[in-house]
Amino acid sequence: MRSTTSHAAGSGAARFRQFLRNYGWAYAFIAVPVLLFLVFTLYPVGWAFVISFQKYGILKSTWVGFDNYTYMFKDDVFWKSMRNTVIFTIGTVPVNILISFGLAFLIFQLKQRAQTFFKAVLYLPTVASGVTLSIVWIAIFDPTPSGMLNRLLIQLGLDPVIWLGQKSTALFSLMLMSWLGSHGSGIILYLAAMGGIPKSLYEAADIDHASGWKKFSRITWPLLKPTTLYLLVTGVITSFQVFISVYLMTQGGPDFATTTIAYLIYQTAFNFNQFGLASAQAFVLAAVIVIVSVLQFKFFSTDIEY
Amino acid sequence: MTSKSKIALIAVALAVLIVWAFVTVIPLYWMFIGSFQDSAASAVFKPQMIPEIWSIAPYERFFHKAAAVRWIVNSVIVASVVTVTNVFFASLAGYAFAKLKFPGSKTIFWALLTTMMIPAQVTLIPLYILMINIFQLGDTYTAIVLPAVVSVGNVFLMKQYMSTLPTSLIHAARIDACSEFGIYRKVILPMAKPGLAVLAIFTFVAQWNEFFWPLLVTKSSEMRTIQVGLASFVFAESTDYGAIMAGASVGALPMVILFFSLQRYFLQGITVGAVKG
Repeated sequence: MRSTTSHAAGSGAARFRQFLRNYGWAYAFIAVPVLLFLVFTLYPVGWAFVISFQKYGILKSTWVGFDNYTYMFKDDVFWKSMRNTVIFTIGTVPVNILISFGLAFLIFQLKQRAQTFFKAVLYLPTVASGVTLSIVWIAIFDPTPSGMLNRLLIQLGLDPVIWLGQKSTALFSLMLMSWLGSHGSGIILYLAAMGGIPKSLYEAADIDHASGWKKFSRITWPLLKPTTLYLLVTGVITSFQVFISVYLMTQGGPDFATTTIAYLIYQTAFNFNQFGLASAQAFVLAAVIVIVSVLQFKFFSTDIEY
Repeated sequence: MTSKSKIALIAVALAVLIVWAFVTVIPLYWMFIGSFQDSAASAVFKPQMIPEIWSIAPYERFFHKAAAVRWIVNSVIVASVVTVTNVFFASLAGYAFAKLKFPGSKTIFWALLTTMMIPAQVTLIPLYILMINIFQLGDTYTAIVLPAVVSVGNVFLMKQYMSTLPTSLIHAARIDACSEFGIYRKVILPMAKPGLAVLAIFTFVAQWNEFFWPLLVTKSSEMRTIQVGLASFVFAESTDYGAIMAGASVGALPMVILFFSLQRYFLQGITVGAVKG
Protein backbone atom coordinates (compact mmCIF):
# COMPACT_ATOMS: atom_id res chain seq x y z
CA MET A 1 0.00 0.00 0.00
CA ARG A 2 2.76 2.40 0.99
CA SER A 3 4.48 2.05 -2.37
CA THR A 4 1.65 3.70 -4.26
CA THR A 5 2.17 7.06 -2.55
CA SER A 6 3.02 9.33 -5.39
CA HIS A 7 6.44 10.26 -6.65
CA ALA A 8 6.73 12.91 -9.30
CA ALA A 9 8.36 10.43 -11.70
CA GLY A 10 5.94 7.53 -11.45
CA SER A 11 2.80 9.62 -11.24
CA GLY A 12 1.37 8.42 -14.58
CA ALA A 13 1.60 4.77 -13.63
CA ALA A 14 0.46 5.51 -10.11
CA ARG A 15 -2.54 7.44 -11.31
CA PHE A 16 -3.43 4.53 -13.61
CA ARG A 17 -3.15 2.12 -10.70
CA GLN A 18 -5.33 4.39 -8.61
CA PHE A 19 -7.86 4.52 -11.47
CA LEU A 20 -7.88 0.73 -11.71
CA ARG A 21 -8.35 0.41 -7.97
CA ASN A 22 -11.31 2.78 -8.05
CA TYR A 23 -13.01 1.60 -11.20
CA GLY A 24 -11.40 -1.70 -12.23
CA TRP A 25 -14.16 -3.80 -10.70
CA ALA A 26 -16.90 -1.85 -12.42
CA TYR A 27 -15.26 -2.27 -15.81
CA ALA A 28 -14.68 -5.96 -15.15
CA PHE A 29 -18.37 -6.35 -14.26
CA ILE A 30 -19.55 -4.89 -17.56
CA ALA A 31 -16.72 -6.40 -19.62
CA VAL A 32 -18.59 -9.41 -21.02
CA PRO A 33 -21.72 -7.61 -22.25
CA VAL A 34 -19.60 -4.81 -23.69
CA LEU A 35 -17.26 -7.25 -25.41
CA LEU A 36 -20.17 -9.21 -26.88
CA PHE A 37 -21.75 -5.96 -27.97
CA LEU A 38 -18.56 -4.95 -29.79
CA VAL A 39 -17.98 -8.33 -31.44
CA PHE A 40 -21.54 -9.43 -32.16
CA THR A 41 -23.35 -6.14 -32.72
CA LEU A 42 -21.20 -3.10 -33.45
CA TYR A 43 -18.61 -4.83 -35.62
CA PRO A 44 -21.25 -6.77 -37.62
CA VAL A 45 -23.26 -3.58 -38.21
CA GLY A 46 -20.22 -1.87 -39.69
CA TRP A 47 -19.33 -4.95 -41.68
CA ALA A 48 -22.89 -5.35 -42.97
CA PHE A 49 -22.75 -1.74 -44.13
CA VAL A 50 -19.61 -2.51 -46.14
CA ILE A 51 -21.11 -5.72 -47.55
CA SER A 52 -24.18 -3.81 -48.71
CA PHE A 53 -21.90 -2.06 -51.24
CA GLN A 54 -20.34 -5.30 -52.41
CA LYS A 55 -21.06 -8.38 -54.42
CA TYR A 56 -20.02 -10.67 -51.60
CA GLY A 57 -18.15 -13.90 -52.16
CA ILE A 58 -16.47 -16.08 -49.57
CA LEU A 59 -13.14 -15.90 -51.39
CA LYS A 60 -13.45 -12.60 -53.15
CA SER A 61 -15.82 -9.67 -52.87
CA THR A 62 -16.14 -6.98 -55.50
CA TRP A 63 -17.07 -3.38 -54.86
CA VAL A 64 -20.28 -2.48 -56.69
CA GLY A 65 -21.12 0.94 -55.28
CA PHE A 66 -24.84 1.55 -54.96
CA ASP A 67 -25.81 -1.33 -57.29
CA ASN A 68 -27.46 -3.37 -54.53
CA TYR A 69 -29.53 -0.39 -53.45
CA THR A 70 -30.59 0.62 -56.96
CA TYR A 71 -31.44 -2.99 -57.81
CA MET A 72 -33.49 -3.28 -54.64
CA PHE A 73 -35.50 -0.13 -55.27
CA LYS A 74 -36.34 -1.33 -58.79
CA ASP A 75 -37.26 -4.80 -57.56
CA ASP A 76 -41.01 -5.51 -57.52
CA VAL A 77 -40.65 -8.22 -54.90
CA PHE A 78 -38.93 -5.80 -52.54
CA TRP A 79 -41.81 -3.33 -52.78
CA LYS A 80 -44.35 -6.13 -52.44
CA SER A 81 -42.64 -7.37 -49.31
CA MET A 82 -42.52 -3.83 -47.90
CA ARG A 83 -46.22 -3.44 -48.63
CA ASN A 84 -47.03 -6.79 -47.01
CA THR A 85 -44.99 -5.92 -43.94
CA VAL A 86 -46.67 -2.54 -43.55
CA ILE A 87 -50.16 -4.02 -44.05
CA PHE A 88 -49.40 -6.77 -41.56
CA THR A 89 -48.06 -4.26 -39.02
CA ILE A 90 -50.94 -1.80 -39.36
CA GLY A 91 -53.42 -4.66 -39.36
CA THR A 92 -52.08 -6.37 -36.27
CA VAL A 93 -50.29 -4.00 -33.86
CA PRO A 94 -53.08 -1.45 -33.19
CA VAL A 95 -55.73 -4.18 -33.25
CA ASN A 96 -53.78 -6.30 -30.77
CA ILE A 97 -53.19 -3.31 -28.51
CA LEU A 98 -56.93 -2.57 -28.51
CA ILE A 99 -57.75 -6.22 -27.81
CA SER A 100 -55.17 -6.37 -24.99
CA PHE A 101 -56.53 -3.15 -23.53
CA GLY A 102 -60.15 -4.31 -23.78
CA LEU A 103 -59.40 -7.67 -22.20
CA ALA A 104 -57.32 -6.05 -19.44
CA PHE A 105 -60.13 -3.58 -18.77
CA LEU A 106 -62.64 -6.43 -18.43
CA ILE A 107 -60.32 -8.51 -16.25
CA PHE A 108 -59.75 -5.47 -14.03
CA GLN A 109 -63.46 -5.49 -13.07
CA LEU A 110 -63.16 -8.96 -11.54
CA LYS A 111 -62.09 -10.29 -8.15
CA GLN A 112 -58.45 -11.19 -7.56
CA ARG A 113 -58.89 -14.94 -8.12
CA ALA A 114 -60.77 -14.56 -11.38
CA GLN A 115 -58.13 -12.04 -12.49
CA THR A 116 -55.34 -14.56 -11.95
CA PHE A 117 -57.27 -17.26 -13.79
CA PHE A 118 -57.88 -15.20 -16.92
CA LYS A 119 -54.37 -13.75 -16.89
CA ALA A 120 -52.94 -17.27 -16.83
CA VAL A 121 -55.22 -18.65 -19.54
CA LEU A 122 -54.74 -15.74 -21.92
CA TYR A 123 -50.97 -15.82 -21.37
CA LEU A 124 -50.70 -19.45 -22.43
CA PRO A 125 -50.10 -18.95 -26.20
CA THR A 126 -47.26 -16.56 -25.35
CA VAL A 127 -45.40 -19.46 -23.74
CA ALA A 128 -45.89 -21.83 -26.67
CA SER A 129 -43.25 -21.34 -29.34
CA GLY A 130 -43.84 -19.64 -32.68
CA VAL A 131 -43.11 -22.97 -34.34
CA THR A 132 -45.76 -24.78 -32.30
CA LEU A 133 -48.37 -22.09 -32.94
CA SER A 134 -47.61 -22.07 -36.66
CA ILE A 135 -47.99 -25.85 -36.83
CA VAL A 136 -51.36 -25.72 -35.09
CA TRP A 137 -52.58 -22.94 -37.36
CA ILE A 138 -51.48 -24.82 -40.48
CA ALA A 139 -53.95 -27.48 -39.38
CA ILE A 140 -56.65 -24.93 -38.56
CA PHE A 141 -56.25 -23.32 -41.99
CA ASP A 142 -56.42 -26.68 -43.81
CA PRO A 143 -57.87 -25.79 -47.25
CA THR A 144 -60.13 -28.84 -47.66
CA PRO A 145 -63.80 -28.64 -46.63
CA SER A 146 -62.98 -30.82 -43.64
CA GLY A 147 -60.34 -28.40 -42.30
CA MET A 148 -61.03 -27.01 -38.81
CA LEU A 149 -61.92 -23.45 -39.78
CA ASN A 150 -63.69 -24.48 -42.97
CA ARG A 151 -65.97 -26.84 -41.09
CA LEU A 152 -66.96 -23.89 -38.91
CA LEU A 153 -67.69 -21.81 -42.04
CA ILE A 154 -69.77 -24.60 -43.57
CA GLN A 155 -71.77 -24.91 -40.36
CA LEU A 156 -72.49 -21.19 -40.64
CA GLY A 157 -73.67 -21.79 -44.22
CA LEU A 158 -70.60 -20.26 -45.88
CA ASP A 159 -68.26 -21.64 -48.53
CA PRO A 160 -64.92 -23.14 -47.51
CA VAL A 161 -61.87 -20.93 -48.06
CA ILE A 162 -58.37 -21.84 -49.30
CA TRP A 163 -56.96 -19.78 -46.45
CA LEU A 164 -53.20 -19.84 -47.01
CA GLY A 165 -53.31 -20.97 -50.62
CA GLN A 166 -54.75 -17.96 -52.43
CA LYS A 167 -53.49 -14.41 -52.79
CA SER A 168 -56.63 -12.73 -51.49
CA THR A 169 -56.71 -14.43 -48.08
CA ALA A 170 -53.15 -15.56 -47.30
CA LEU A 171 -51.92 -12.41 -45.57
CA PHE A 172 -55.27 -11.96 -43.85
CA SER A 173 -54.97 -15.50 -42.46
CA LEU A 174 -51.63 -14.67 -40.86
CA MET A 175 -53.19 -11.55 -39.34
CA LEU A 176 -56.14 -13.57 -38.03
CA MET A 177 -53.71 -15.89 -36.31
CA SER A 178 -52.02 -12.92 -34.66
CA TRP A 179 -55.32 -11.43 -33.44
CA LEU A 180 -56.25 -14.65 -31.70
CA GLY A 181 -53.09 -15.30 -29.84
CA SER A 182 -50.55 -12.71 -28.81
CA HIS A 183 -52.04 -10.72 -25.96
CA GLY A 184 -50.42 -12.25 -22.89
CA SER A 185 -47.81 -9.61 -22.11
CA GLY A 186 -50.01 -6.70 -23.22
CA ILE A 187 -52.78 -7.71 -20.84
CA ILE A 188 -50.41 -8.07 -17.90
CA LEU A 189 -48.69 -4.75 -18.54
CA TYR A 190 -52.05 -2.97 -18.87
CA LEU A 191 -53.38 -4.58 -15.69
CA ALA A 192 -50.29 -3.52 -13.76
CA ALA A 193 -50.69 0.04 -15.04
CA MET A 194 -54.44 0.10 -14.28
CA GLY A 195 -53.70 -1.01 -10.73
CA GLY A 196 -51.35 1.96 -10.43
CA ILE A 197 -53.98 4.62 -11.20
CA PRO A 198 -54.95 6.28 -7.90
CA LYS A 199 -58.56 5.56 -6.88
CA SER A 200 -58.94 9.16 -5.71
CA LEU A 201 -59.06 10.36 -9.32
CA TYR A 202 -62.16 8.29 -10.00
CA GLU A 203 -63.74 9.34 -6.71
CA ALA A 204 -63.18 12.98 -7.62
CA ALA A 205 -64.77 12.33 -11.01
CA ASP A 206 -67.74 10.68 -9.31
CA ILE A 207 -68.28 13.78 -7.18
CA ASP A 208 -68.41 15.79 -10.41
CA HIS A 209 -70.94 13.29 -11.80
CA ALA A 210 -68.63 12.45 -14.66
CA SER A 211 -69.99 9.83 -17.06
CA GLY A 212 -68.31 6.44 -17.47
CA TRP A 213 -67.01 7.51 -20.87
CA LYS A 214 -65.59 10.76 -19.48
CA LYS A 215 -63.75 8.87 -16.76
CA PHE A 216 -62.37 6.51 -19.36
CA SER A 217 -61.29 9.17 -21.85
CA ARG A 218 -60.01 11.68 -19.29
CA ILE A 219 -58.43 9.42 -16.68
CA THR A 220 -57.89 5.81 -17.69
CA TRP A 221 -56.71 6.14 -21.29
CA PRO A 222 -54.34 9.13 -20.79
CA LEU A 223 -52.75 7.59 -17.71
CA LEU A 224 -52.13 4.34 -19.56
CA LYS A 225 -50.38 6.11 -22.41
CA PRO A 226 -46.84 5.09 -21.39
CA THR A 227 -47.93 1.45 -21.51
CA THR A 228 -49.63 1.95 -24.87
CA LEU A 229 -46.53 3.65 -26.24
CA TYR A 230 -44.32 0.82 -25.00
CA LEU A 231 -46.57 -1.82 -26.57
CA LEU A 232 -46.81 0.17 -29.79
CA VAL A 233 -43.06 0.64 -30.22
CA THR A 234 -42.09 -2.92 -29.29
CA GLY A 235 -45.05 -4.31 -31.24
CA VAL A 236 -44.08 -2.50 -34.42
CA ILE A 237 -40.45 -3.56 -34.11
CA THR A 238 -41.46 -7.21 -33.66
CA SER A 239 -44.06 -7.07 -36.39
CA PHE A 240 -41.61 -5.60 -38.91
CA GLN A 241 -39.49 -8.70 -38.34
CA VAL A 242 -42.25 -11.32 -38.56
CA PHE A 243 -40.65 -14.50 -39.85
CA ILE A 244 -41.54 -17.87 -38.29
CA SER A 245 -45.18 -17.99 -39.38
CA VAL A 246 -44.26 -16.96 -42.93
CA TYR A 247 -41.41 -19.45 -43.12
CA LEU A 248 -43.50 -22.36 -41.87
CA MET A 249 -46.98 -21.60 -43.17
CA THR A 250 -46.68 -19.93 -46.57
CA GLN A 251 -42.99 -19.65 -47.57
CA GLY A 252 -43.91 -16.15 -48.69
CA GLY A 253 -46.47 -17.34 -51.21
CA PRO A 254 -48.69 -17.59 -53.08
CA ASP A 255 -47.07 -15.28 -55.63
CA PHE A 256 -45.25 -13.27 -52.90
CA ALA A 257 -48.58 -12.40 -51.24
CA THR A 258 -47.11 -13.07 -47.77
CA THR A 259 -43.43 -12.32 -48.40
CA THR A 260 -42.46 -10.02 -45.55
CA ILE A 261 -39.26 -8.02 -45.52
CA ALA A 262 -37.62 -10.28 -42.93
CA TYR A 263 -38.49 -13.34 -45.00
CA LEU A 264 -37.19 -11.67 -48.18
CA ILE A 265 -33.87 -10.91 -46.46
CA TYR A 266 -33.63 -14.55 -45.33
CA GLN A 267 -34.32 -15.80 -48.87
CA THR A 268 -31.95 -13.34 -50.53
CA ALA A 269 -29.14 -14.28 -48.18
CA PHE A 270 -29.58 -17.98 -47.60
CA ASN A 271 -31.48 -19.28 -50.62
CA PHE A 272 -29.88 -17.09 -53.28
CA ASN A 273 -26.55 -16.40 -51.52
CA GLN A 274 -26.71 -12.69 -52.31
CA PHE A 275 -25.24 -11.37 -49.08
CA GLY A 276 -24.67 -7.89 -50.50
CA LEU A 277 -28.23 -7.37 -51.61
CA ALA A 278 -29.59 -8.90 -48.39
CA SER A 279 -27.49 -6.49 -46.33
CA ALA A 280 -28.83 -3.55 -48.31
CA GLN A 281 -32.38 -4.77 -47.68
CA ALA A 282 -31.60 -5.17 -43.97
CA PHE A 283 -30.34 -1.59 -43.74
CA VAL A 284 -33.52 -0.27 -45.30
CA LEU A 285 -35.50 -2.33 -42.77
CA ALA A 286 -33.38 -0.90 -39.93
CA ALA A 287 -33.88 2.65 -41.23
CA VAL A 288 -37.64 2.16 -41.42
CA ILE A 289 -37.77 0.74 -37.89
CA VAL A 290 -35.72 3.60 -36.43
CA ILE A 291 -37.77 6.27 -38.24
CA VAL A 292 -41.10 4.73 -37.25
CA SER A 293 -39.99 4.32 -33.62
CA VAL A 294 -38.85 7.95 -33.39
CA LEU A 295 -42.11 9.14 -34.99
CA GLN A 296 -44.14 7.15 -32.47
CA PHE A 297 -42.26 8.72 -29.57
CA LYS A 298 -42.73 12.21 -31.07
CA PHE A 299 -46.40 11.70 -31.88
CA PHE A 300 -47.28 10.16 -28.58
CA SER A 301 -45.35 12.44 -26.27
CA THR A 302 -46.67 15.75 -27.71
CA ASP A 303 -50.31 15.25 -26.76
CA ILE A 304 -49.99 13.92 -23.23
CA GLU A 305 -51.77 16.43 -21.04
CA TYR A 306 -52.67 15.65 -17.48
CA MET B 1 -71.41 3.70 -10.29
CA THR B 2 -74.63 2.10 -9.04
CA SER B 3 -74.37 -1.47 -7.89
CA LYS B 4 -76.80 -2.63 -10.57
CA SER B 5 -74.70 -1.35 -13.45
CA LYS B 6 -71.61 -2.67 -11.69
CA ILE B 7 -73.12 -6.15 -11.65
CA ALA B 8 -74.09 -5.82 -15.31
CA LEU B 9 -70.54 -4.81 -16.18
CA ILE B 10 -69.11 -7.81 -14.34
CA ALA B 11 -71.55 -10.14 -16.10
CA VAL B 12 -70.59 -8.76 -19.52
CA ALA B 13 -66.90 -8.95 -18.61
CA LEU B 14 -67.20 -12.56 -17.56
CA ALA B 15 -69.11 -13.54 -20.70
CA VAL B 16 -66.63 -11.88 -23.07
CA LEU B 17 -63.63 -13.21 -21.19
CA ILE B 18 -64.91 -16.78 -21.12
CA VAL B 19 -65.52 -16.74 -24.88
CA TRP B 20 -62.13 -15.18 -25.55
CA ALA B 21 -60.33 -17.57 -23.22
CA PHE B 22 -62.00 -20.44 -25.06
CA VAL B 23 -60.89 -19.12 -28.46
CA THR B 24 -57.36 -18.60 -27.13
CA VAL B 25 -56.94 -22.03 -25.66
CA ILE B 26 -58.77 -24.13 -28.22
CA PRO B 27 -55.92 -24.30 -30.80
CA LEU B 28 -53.55 -25.61 -28.15
CA TYR B 29 -56.22 -27.99 -26.91
CA TRP B 30 -56.69 -29.34 -30.46
CA MET B 31 -52.98 -29.83 -30.78
CA PHE B 32 -52.73 -31.74 -27.54
CA ILE B 33 -55.88 -33.82 -27.96
CA GLY B 34 -55.07 -34.44 -31.64
CA SER B 35 -51.66 -35.80 -30.75
CA PHE B 36 -53.35 -38.69 -28.96
CA GLN B 37 -55.55 -39.69 -31.87
CA ASP B 38 -54.25 -41.85 -34.64
CA SER B 39 -55.07 -39.84 -37.71
CA ALA B 40 -52.55 -41.54 -39.98
CA ALA B 41 -55.42 -42.84 -42.12
CA SER B 42 -56.72 -39.39 -43.11
CA ALA B 43 -54.63 -36.56 -44.42
CA VAL B 44 -56.91 -34.04 -42.73
CA PHE B 45 -56.55 -33.02 -39.11
CA LYS B 46 -59.93 -33.30 -37.43
CA PRO B 47 -59.52 -34.42 -33.86
CA GLN B 48 -62.53 -35.40 -31.79
CA MET B 49 -63.01 -32.89 -29.01
CA ILE B 50 -63.20 -35.73 -26.50
CA PRO B 51 -61.45 -38.71 -28.03
CA GLU B 52 -63.07 -42.12 -27.72
CA ILE B 53 -59.84 -43.99 -28.26
CA TRP B 54 -56.57 -42.66 -26.92
CA SER B 55 -53.50 -43.67 -28.86
CA ILE B 56 -49.81 -42.99 -28.40
CA ALA B 57 -49.06 -44.10 -31.97
CA PRO B 58 -48.48 -40.49 -33.14
CA TYR B 59 -45.78 -40.12 -30.47
CA GLU B 60 -44.20 -43.42 -31.46
CA ARG B 61 -44.07 -42.28 -35.07
CA PHE B 62 -42.64 -38.88 -34.13
CA PHE B 63 -39.87 -40.32 -31.98
CA HIS B 64 -39.22 -43.07 -34.51
CA LYS B 65 -38.97 -40.88 -37.62
CA ALA B 66 -37.15 -37.95 -36.04
CA ALA B 67 -34.08 -37.56 -33.85
CA ALA B 68 -36.44 -35.99 -31.35
CA VAL B 69 -34.71 -37.10 -28.16
CA ARG B 70 -31.48 -35.58 -29.41
CA TRP B 71 -33.29 -32.34 -30.30
CA ILE B 72 -34.74 -32.08 -26.80
CA VAL B 73 -31.34 -32.76 -25.24
CA ASN B 74 -29.82 -30.07 -27.48
CA SER B 75 -32.49 -27.56 -26.48
CA VAL B 76 -32.05 -28.33 -22.78
CA ILE B 77 -28.27 -27.91 -23.05
CA VAL B 78 -28.42 -24.69 -25.05
CA ALA B 79 -31.21 -23.10 -23.01
CA SER B 80 -29.53 -24.01 -19.70
CA VAL B 81 -26.15 -22.61 -20.68
CA VAL B 82 -27.67 -19.42 -22.06
CA THR B 83 -29.77 -19.01 -18.91
CA VAL B 84 -26.80 -19.37 -16.57
CA THR B 85 -24.59 -16.98 -18.55
CA ASN B 86 -27.37 -14.41 -18.90
CA VAL B 87 -28.27 -14.43 -15.22
CA PHE B 88 -24.62 -14.15 -14.17
CA PHE B 89 -23.36 -11.54 -16.64
CA ALA B 90 -26.55 -9.47 -16.82
CA SER B 91 -26.85 -9.22 -13.03
CA LEU B 92 -23.17 -8.35 -12.71
CA ALA B 93 -23.38 -5.63 -15.36
CA GLY B 94 -26.79 -4.47 -14.16
CA TYR B 95 -25.36 -4.05 -10.66
CA ALA B 96 -22.39 -2.08 -12.00
CA PHE B 97 -24.60 0.24 -14.06
CA ALA B 98 -27.08 0.74 -11.22
CA LYS B 99 -24.86 1.07 -8.17
CA LEU B 100 -21.23 1.69 -9.11
CA LYS B 101 -19.88 5.02 -10.27
CA PHE B 102 -17.32 4.93 -13.05
CA PRO B 103 -16.33 7.18 -15.94
CA GLY B 104 -18.40 6.54 -19.06
CA SER B 105 -21.07 4.49 -17.32
CA LYS B 106 -23.97 6.53 -18.75
CA THR B 107 -22.49 6.68 -22.26
CA ILE B 108 -21.76 2.96 -22.39
CA PHE B 109 -25.21 2.10 -21.07
CA TRP B 110 -26.99 4.25 -23.65
CA ALA B 111 -24.77 2.96 -26.45
CA LEU B 112 -25.84 -0.56 -25.52
CA LEU B 113 -29.47 0.42 -25.25
CA THR B 114 -29.89 2.25 -28.54
CA THR B 115 -28.62 -0.77 -30.47
CA MET B 116 -31.65 -2.71 -29.27
CA MET B 117 -33.53 -0.96 -32.07
CA ILE B 118 -31.28 -2.49 -34.73
CA PRO B 119 -33.11 -5.48 -36.19
CA ALA B 120 -31.37 -8.84 -36.07
CA GLN B 121 -31.44 -9.00 -39.87
CA VAL B 122 -28.70 -6.36 -40.10
CA THR B 123 -26.12 -8.20 -38.01
CA LEU B 124 -27.21 -11.61 -39.19
CA ILE B 125 -25.12 -11.94 -42.31
CA PRO B 126 -21.76 -10.82 -40.87
CA LEU B 127 -22.51 -12.94 -37.79
CA TYR B 128 -23.17 -15.91 -40.03
CA ILE B 129 -19.95 -15.37 -42.01
CA LEU B 130 -18.04 -14.92 -38.74
CA MET B 131 -19.38 -18.09 -37.13
CA ILE B 132 -19.54 -20.41 -40.13
CA ASN B 133 -16.75 -19.31 -42.46
CA ILE B 134 -14.19 -17.66 -40.21
CA PHE B 135 -14.51 -19.44 -36.86
CA GLN B 136 -15.64 -22.68 -38.59
CA LEU B 137 -18.20 -23.23 -35.84
CA GLY B 138 -21.10 -24.45 -37.96
CA ASP B 139 -23.14 -27.22 -36.37
CA THR B 140 -21.77 -26.67 -32.86
CA TYR B 141 -23.33 -25.69 -29.54
CA THR B 142 -20.84 -22.85 -29.40
CA ALA B 143 -22.27 -21.27 -32.53
CA ILE B 144 -25.81 -21.41 -31.16
CA VAL B 145 -24.86 -20.13 -27.71
CA LEU B 146 -22.13 -17.53 -28.30
CA PRO B 147 -24.21 -14.59 -29.62
CA ALA B 148 -26.81 -15.26 -26.90
CA VAL B 149 -24.43 -15.35 -23.90
CA VAL B 150 -25.84 -12.12 -22.48
CA SER B 151 -28.45 -9.90 -24.10
CA VAL B 152 -28.58 -6.13 -23.81
CA GLY B 153 -32.27 -6.37 -22.93
CA ASN B 154 -31.42 -8.48 -19.88
CA VAL B 155 -28.67 -6.07 -18.79
CA PHE B 156 -31.27 -3.29 -19.01
CA LEU B 157 -33.82 -5.25 -16.95
CA MET B 158 -31.20 -6.01 -14.32
CA LYS B 159 -30.10 -2.38 -14.14
CA GLN B 160 -33.71 -1.32 -13.57
CA TYR B 161 -34.16 -4.01 -10.96
CA MET B 162 -30.85 -3.43 -9.15
CA SER B 163 -31.51 0.29 -8.76
CA THR B 164 -34.53 -0.57 -6.58
CA LEU B 165 -32.29 -2.38 -4.05
CA PRO B 166 -31.14 -0.42 -0.98
CA THR B 167 -27.67 1.10 -1.26
CA SER B 168 -27.01 1.25 2.48
CA LEU B 169 -26.09 -2.43 2.76
CA ILE B 170 -23.56 -2.04 -0.05
CA HIS B 171 -21.89 0.83 1.82
CA ALA B 172 -21.81 -1.19 5.01
CA ALA B 173 -20.16 -4.10 3.23
CA ARG B 174 -17.62 -1.76 1.65
CA ILE B 175 -16.67 -0.39 5.05
CA ASP B 176 -16.20 -3.99 6.20
CA ALA B 177 -13.54 -4.19 3.45
CA CYS B 178 -15.49 -6.57 1.27
CA SER B 179 -14.11 -6.74 -2.26
CA GLU B 180 -16.48 -5.49 -4.95
CA PHE B 181 -17.06 -9.03 -6.20
CA GLY B 182 -17.59 -10.09 -2.59
CA ILE B 183 -20.29 -7.42 -2.25
CA TYR B 184 -21.95 -8.70 -5.42
CA ARG B 185 -21.84 -12.30 -4.23
CA LYS B 186 -22.68 -11.87 -0.54
CA VAL B 187 -24.91 -8.80 -0.51
CA ILE B 188 -26.44 -8.23 -3.94
CA LEU B 189 -27.15 -11.78 -5.08
CA PRO B 190 -29.16 -12.78 -1.97
CA MET B 191 -31.21 -9.57 -2.17
CA ALA B 192 -31.79 -9.88 -5.91
CA LYS B 193 -32.99 -13.48 -5.91
CA PRO B 194 -36.60 -12.78 -6.99
CA GLY B 195 -35.42 -10.66 -9.91
CA LEU B 196 -32.86 -13.26 -10.93
CA ALA B 197 -35.52 -15.98 -10.83
CA VAL B 198 -37.72 -14.01 -13.20
CA LEU B 199 -34.78 -13.34 -15.51
CA ALA B 200 -33.80 -17.02 -15.50
CA ILE B 201 -37.30 -18.23 -16.34
CA PHE B 202 -37.83 -15.77 -19.16
CA THR B 203 -34.40 -16.41 -20.64
CA PHE B 204 -34.91 -20.16 -20.54
CA VAL B 205 -38.29 -19.99 -22.25
CA ALA B 206 -37.07 -17.50 -24.86
CA GLN B 207 -34.07 -19.65 -25.70
CA TRP B 208 -36.13 -22.85 -25.79
CA ASN B 209 -38.45 -21.17 -28.28
CA GLU B 210 -35.63 -19.49 -30.27
CA PHE B 211 -35.80 -20.44 -33.91
CA PHE B 212 -34.00 -18.20 -36.36
CA TRP B 213 -30.37 -18.34 -35.28
CA PRO B 214 -30.30 -22.09 -34.51
CA LEU B 215 -31.91 -22.63 -37.93
CA LEU B 216 -29.04 -20.79 -39.61
CA VAL B 217 -26.08 -22.33 -37.84
CA THR B 218 -27.17 -25.98 -37.65
CA LYS B 219 -26.94 -28.29 -40.64
CA SER B 220 -27.04 -31.87 -39.42
CA SER B 221 -30.17 -33.33 -37.85
CA GLU B 222 -28.23 -34.23 -34.68
CA MET B 223 -27.41 -30.60 -33.89
CA ARG B 224 -30.89 -29.14 -34.32
CA THR B 225 -32.79 -27.77 -31.38
CA ILE B 226 -36.34 -29.00 -30.84
CA GLN B 227 -37.86 -25.96 -32.60
CA VAL B 228 -35.64 -26.24 -35.67
CA GLY B 229 -36.05 -30.00 -35.74
CA LEU B 230 -39.80 -29.64 -35.49
CA ALA B 231 -39.87 -27.27 -38.45
CA SER B 232 -37.83 -29.70 -40.54
CA PHE B 233 -40.18 -32.50 -39.48
CA VAL B 234 -43.21 -30.49 -40.66
CA PHE B 235 -41.65 -30.06 -44.09
CA ALA B 236 -40.64 -33.74 -44.33
CA GLU B 237 -43.83 -35.35 -43.01
CA SER B 238 -46.44 -32.80 -43.97
CA THR B 239 -49.24 -35.34 -44.29
CA ASP B 240 -48.86 -37.07 -40.94
CA TYR B 241 -50.86 -34.62 -38.84
CA GLY B 242 -50.92 -36.92 -35.83
CA ALA B 243 -47.14 -37.16 -35.59
CA ILE B 244 -46.78 -33.44 -36.30
CA MET B 245 -49.14 -32.59 -33.44
CA ALA B 246 -47.24 -34.99 -31.20
CA GLY B 247 -44.07 -33.10 -32.12
CA ALA B 248 -45.67 -29.71 -31.56
CA SER B 249 -46.86 -30.90 -28.15
CA VAL B 250 -43.39 -32.13 -27.27
CA GLY B 251 -41.98 -28.74 -28.30
CA ALA B 252 -44.48 -26.76 -26.24
CA LEU B 253 -45.30 -28.94 -23.26
CA PRO B 254 -42.14 -28.39 -21.17
CA MET B 255 -42.72 -24.64 -21.32
CA VAL B 256 -46.43 -24.98 -20.53
CA ILE B 257 -45.60 -27.10 -17.48
CA LEU B 258 -42.93 -24.60 -16.47
CA PHE B 259 -45.49 -21.84 -16.88
CA PHE B 260 -48.12 -23.42 -14.67
CA SER B 261 -45.66 -24.36 -11.95
CA LEU B 262 -44.03 -20.92 -11.91
CA GLN B 263 -47.10 -18.89 -12.89
CA ARG B 264 -46.53 -16.29 -10.20
CA TYR B 265 -43.17 -15.32 -11.68
CA PHE B 266 -44.49 -15.14 -15.22
CA LEU B 267 -47.49 -13.00 -14.45
CA GLN B 268 -45.55 -10.48 -12.38
CA GLY B 269 -42.23 -10.81 -14.11
CA ILE B 270 -42.85 -8.97 -17.33
CA THR B 271 -43.73 -5.77 -15.55
CA VAL B 272 -40.19 -5.59 -14.14
CA GLY B 273 -38.57 -2.59 -15.73
CA ALA B 274 -40.98 -2.47 -18.63
CA VAL B 275 -43.60 0.15 -17.92
CA LYS B 276 -41.82 3.21 -16.72
CA GLY B 277 -39.16 3.72 -19.37
